[in-house]
Amino acid sequence: MRERARDQGGPGTLTDDLAIPEVDQSALADEPLAELAARYQLRPSAARAGLFAYARQLWARRHFIVGFATARNVAMYTEARLGQLWQVLTPLLNAAVYYLIFGIILDTKRGVPNFLAFLITGIFVFNFTQRAFITTSRVMPDSLPLIRALPFPRGCLPIGYVLIELEQLAMSMIVLTVIVLASGEPLTWYWLLAIPALAFQTVFNVGMGLGLARLGAGADDFSQLLPFLVRTWMYTSGVMFSIQTISSLRHHQTLTYLLQINPAAVYISLVRNAVLQSQRAGWPGSKPYSAANCALYHTGKNAYLEYSAYCHGTVSMSGLWLWGAGWAIVALIVGFVFFWQAETRYGRG
Amino acid sequence: MAVASGPVANGAEPTLIPTVVVDDLHVVYRVYGAGGDKGTAATALMRVIKRQRRPSVREVHAIRGISFVINHGDAVGIIGRNGSGKSTLLQAIAGLLPPEQGCVYTSGQAALLGVNAALLDDLTGERNVVLGCLAMGMTPQETKDRYQSIVDFSGVGNFIDYPMRTYSTGMAQRLRFSIASAKNHEILMIDEALATGDANFRAKSHERIVELRGEAGTVFLVAHNLAEIEASCNRVIWLEKGKIMMQGYDVPAIVDAYLEATGGEPRKRDKPHENEHSATG
Repeated sequence: MRERARDQGGPGTLTDDLAIPEVDQSALADEPLAELAARYQLRPSAARAGLFAYARQLWARRHFIVGFATARNVAMYTEARLGQLWQVLTPLLNAAVYYLIFGIILDTKRGVPNFLAFLITGIFVFNFTQRAFITTSRVMPDSLPLIRALPFPRGCLPIGYVLIELEQLAMSMIVLTVIVLASGEPLTWYWLLAIPALAFQTVFNVGMGLGLARLGAGADDFSQLLPFLVRTWMYTSGVMFSIQTISSLRHHQTLTYLLQINPAAVYISLVRNAVLQSQRAGWPGSKPYSAANCALYHTGKNAYLEYSAYCHGTVSMSGLWLWGAGWAIVALIVGFVFFWQAETRYGRG
Repeated sequence: MAVASGPVANGAEPTLIPTVVVDDLHVVYRVYGAGGDKGTAATALMRVIKRQRRPSVREVHAIRGISFVINHGDAVGIIGRNGSGKSTLLQAIAGLLPPEQGCVYTSGQAALLGVNAALLDDLTGERNVVLGCLAMGMTPQETKDRYQSIVDFSGVGNFIDYPMRTYSTGMAQRLRFSIASAKNHEILMIDEALATGDANFRAKSHERIVELRGEAGTVFLVAHNLAEIEASCNRVIWLEKGKIMMQGYDVPAIVDAYLEATGGEPRKRDKPHENEHSATG
């Protein structure tokens, strides 16, 4: 094994060795320095604030967080000729690609009414979490010069990155509104429910982002692995199929339940139920159980697409809201504490 | 030394109030991608199987056991060769690099004006000014009030609307210095912040430093320009390979010893050195 740098004489590339005299410690104060510092009420410079004091510090820098997010968003497309237009084009192209593959080539739309709107809602909502996860896992190594240059609570950075993605999501939601309305869905008061749903998702992303930022601050391996984990997660979160009604999961109640309560699926379902009349109407368990009608749904004929409402439901709509709020709160608390514990070590790289 | 004797020049001050206490400080940081890795997938796999450390990750033991006490009103020059740990020491005092062992105690948040105070290169100068001020903890209103004076001081002119990556080194540094010095700091550390920049800006920024020193309780100055150290500092610390070689209040003597050790020309002084704040020759 190679010698470590500390055994080789440090960072300098000095060739002529100077004899380094031991510093005469007796020349220092008689009392231990720590006690001297305490007597004059000096505080360790690398000390970490208490949990609540840290939260207050973050709140005090809220203008920095918002400014940082906005500036990054503006800078993201400055090199492109189409400029800010890409904020709209990116979600549109994403939607087009997924529709081509899952809607036309693989034809997975069986059993889902208004599949195009269903799919695109799922993609946009999942994309928010996906991008938040991947960017926050890289934020600490990417911002090392900034961290080493200025003192500020480091939690600003992952929170700022989630806000960047939130601003992107707002663009996506405008595109989504147009697509959903064009697909024939009515504009109803239910649409307003998308706002609390996305708010819960944002809180969830902030909490997870804080945790991922700490994990990604060490070795690079984690942020290399993360995209694969997130993609696997996407395929199990019902982005391009309906967990509630898919035929292959019909007889696996526990599995269906677990898939449905996973945070990504919860937030996707909440937003779909808010903006898609066809999803609300077909939500399993929303109508009294009827074996005959449920069987009609499983014939897969287009006329009976919304008869899934007569089948047994696994998670009720109100249950979905509780899960959404619960995941957000748990993620925020765990992520925040986990990130805060390493606050003074992020500058090390 | 520090606690016992105090600054000779400011003998009028009877009581010494420590503002920075460094107690047996060690700083280690990790460098990824250092040499020594062949870089093929096969060698990486063998390393994982043999449970070896990644050779390209090196630990740099930059500061190895430093202790000193700095008092209110001290202006401390830090000298030493490249790679002796000067900048690392300042970053540790500012709390930006965590200590591996030992501790740094300060009376308040130390502000570091450094060459490496990289802001966001792909953003315009304007955005950098605003974000830098907000990051330092100013309110949006304070930022707005200071904005014009920061831009004027930096002298970057119309370039303020351009991304910072298009700036010349000197311009970027001028803007960074202007941002960082916009706030009054209790403990101020200046790390070669004036190495680049044209003569006009150097004169302006020297004035600004003197002004900041008047407001700040304690100043640290890293510079390779020894004339600047002698003109501005009443105390000097000479670092060598992460340890203190010499330190004390006799600035000219230590500077001379440093010059002798590194083979530099001895400095010629017209008059006996005093701790006046005159411009450097």
